[in-house]
Amino acid sequence: MRLINRSPSRGGRLALAILPFALLLALYLAHSAQRLELNPNDKLLPSFGQMSAAVERLAFTPDERSGDYLFWLDTASSLKRLGTGLAIAAVAGLCLGVAAGTLPLFGAPLSPLITVLSMVPPLAILPILFIVFGLGELSKVMLIVIGITPILARDLEQRAREIPPELLIKAQTLGANTWTLILRLVLPQLMPRLLISLRLVMGSAWLFLIAAEAIASTDGLGYRIFLVRRYMAMDVILPYVAWITLLAWAMDYLLWRLTRLLFPWHEGAKA
Amino acid sequence: MNDKKGRTGAFIQVKNVWKQYGDQVVLERLNMNIAEGEFCTLVGASGCGKSTFLRLLLGQEAPSRGEILLDGQPLADEPDASRGVVFQRYSVFPHLSVLDNVALGLELPRAPFLGRLLGRSKRDAREQATQMLHKVGLDHALDKYPAQLSGGMQQRLAIAQALIMKPRVLLLDEPFGALDPGIRKDMHALLLELWRETRLTVFMVTHDLSEGFSLGSRVLVFDKPRIDPHAPGAYGARVTYDISLHDGHRAPVAADSLPADLAGRFQTAYQGA
Repeated sequence: MRLINRSPSRGGRLALAILPFALLLALYLAHSAQRLELNPNDKLLPSFGQMSAAVERLAFTPDERSGDYLFWLDTASSLKRLGTGLAIAAVAGLCLGVAAGTLPLFGAPLSPLITVLSMVPPLAILPILFIVFGLGELSKVMLIVIGITPILARDLEQRAREIPPELLIKAQTLGANTWTLILRLVLPQLMPRLLISLRLVMGSAWLFLIAAEAIASTDGLGYRIFLVRRYMAMDVILPYVAWITLLAWAMDYLLWRLTRLLFPWHEGAKA
Repeated sequence: MNDKKGRTGAFIQVKNVWKQYGDQVVLERLNMNIAEGEFCTLVGASGCGKSTFLRLLLGQEAPSRGEILLDGQPLADEPDASRGVVFQRYSVFPHLSVLDNVALGLELPRAPFLGRLLGRSKRDAREQATQMLHKVGLDHALDKYPAQLSGGMQQRLAIAQALIMKPRVLLLDEPFGALDPGIRKDMHALLLELWRETRLTVFMVTHDLSEGFSLGSRVLVFDKPRIDPHAPGAYGARVTYDISLHDGHRAPVAADSLPADLAGRFQTAYQGA
């Protein structure tokens, strides 16, 4: 049978999904054990025991100086920044995208502007943000907002343009004005797309968050990673990276479930 | 305006209407009067402007020259609730249930800010929508989404959605073009029944000649009488045959007034029906 016609069975699929993770894990453990055997103080590839000790110290023991549980403090700060940034960007992107994609008079000035703005590398203007908004929370949130709003707006503008003109005309023959047409037709049709776009920009949002925290912060997951880098504390960095990955994956999964739950019509309507 | 209307007695007057896109003339010198309650079918080869004419009636596009009067008044130059429409595709809203698709037409005009009704008036709207859906035979599918319906059901829904507005004019752009022949026949029966009941003025674009003749009370044949081979866009289409098919002498009139090539096609289609 040709390769293109062969698919794994149900169990086989699961096994194949686990396989690369298991291989990577085994590779890591083997090398870690090898290095630690040669030098018990090696920091580069800590064992799972060392990592769990680090997690124990950061997550379940109060900090000696502040009395905070640093791991959870970092997580809460980072998620707050990320959530605020994503929420503001989602609202702004939706408004811009709907206005530019639905109303030609708004699209004419907005569309080229959004396109050009989306080409500005957000990290390049991070210093400007620090100068303008200070080193507080605002500049970190703004980096996320500025980084992903143009992407969301461009995507939603495109999707708004893809709504068949027949539907817009039909809505007008049913007595819609511009506002109610947007409210009852355009917005509901774009909401599932907004959630999908948010999933796609999630990676960028984390990137901007970690970058901002690494440069100017006193807490946060990105701050901690860059702080302990000075001591080459891989036993902290690796669990933190794994934790960020888990958080990102969980957010992606939740958004996916939310899309299916809130917009059950969306799957079928694409056909 | 009003005295003119009194004189002609026409519901819709098309006066010297031209439509051109740049150098391309699509329609030229269209003149006709249409009485209220007429069922006009628009037939003709593809690309001869019948859908363009429908878009002019809908207000989706404006004539380049001339004017169209509805009840003596110039047509609004954008689509509104006075003219209902059913397209071949994309006529219903995929994100609303069958019931909400129809109730939407009752909600939008009454709620200019929220776009939706609340409480009692919402229940009333849904009740009315249910009755309309019962008429088109969709009362078993109220809570389904359009994607879960067959093509014929979706068009039934689109018709119910247009009729709930009680429009004075119903415009149909090849509404059954994508349906199976059997389903199409059911749809014809439904459409005729609704037309007799409401006495709407209907314009229906179709490329199926037999459909045009079996449904319409008046058939408008669009064709290009003049063709310049060196400038295909120089001349537009006109209504070359305007055939009244009032009950009693439908078939003979139709057959006599048709040109030979059309009549041949019509005869076979008619006998087949």
